[in-house]
Amino acid sequence: MSGPVTPKVLIQAEDFNTAEEAAALSAGREDVGALVTFTGLCRDENGRLSALELEHYPGMAEAEIGRIADEACKRWPLTGLTVIHRFGRISPGGNIVLVAAASSHRRAAFEAADYLMDFLKTRAPFWKKEHLKERNEGSWVEAKSVDDEATKRWTTG
Amino acid sequence: MTVEIRYFAWVRERVGTEAETLDLPEGTRTVSDLLSWLKSRDERYAYAFEDTSTIRVALDQEHSEHDQPIGNAREIAIFPPMTGG
Repeated sequence: MSGPVTPKVLIQAEDFNTAEEAAALSAGREDVGALVTFTGLCRDENGRLSALELEHYPGMAEAEIGRIADEACKRWPLTGLTVIHRFGRISPGGNIVLVAAASSHRRAAFEAADYLMDFLKTRAPFWKKEHLKERNEGSWVEAKSVDDEATKRWTTG
Repeated sequence: MTVEIRYFAWVRERVGTEAETLDLPEGTRTVSDLLSWLKSRDERYAYAFEDTSTIRVALDQEHSEHDQPIGNAREIAIFPPMTGG
């Protein structure tokens, strides 16, 4: 391979099509042996949630996810990488985030997708507010220390 | 030094504005100095920054530590730990 690939990064309010994004990573090529897709969806929290509202920092969201994706492309021999993160109001069952990583071999694709999600959780400038069916006023989701711990796994040293 | 400050999520709600242009006082060198000064402005800021360990700051759209010098940053964003993904 001739150096790291350029990842596709999109920050958008609109929905995405996981199958189409995945297919685009192997279309017309014969060197892709592994394709891992991760889709994060809005869950209903046992029926309590009416919607999630995702606030983001325009500009930095693109820049930061771009930095994380570039790092993944340097770290693993990927043939392609797509990251899409939505913002705005998302109902239970709706898509929030997509990571699709393609490589010649499975290990690189699995690890790159896992890495992307750990760093998206802790470094991409997005904040979730939960709107519950029972209450009008939403409340901000708190960051989890388990996510910080997961991110530290990738630090070599 | 004049900077554009942007606030997000509950920091934005507590401060009561999305963005403002402020003249930083002499001697505001680090992110930590900035947070201390903001905290002293009025009770809304004091409430937003009551526990600075929960506050994250980006200088010109890059994550920074609290002991980092502000340098020539034009845009400073202040927000809680992120919860995307």
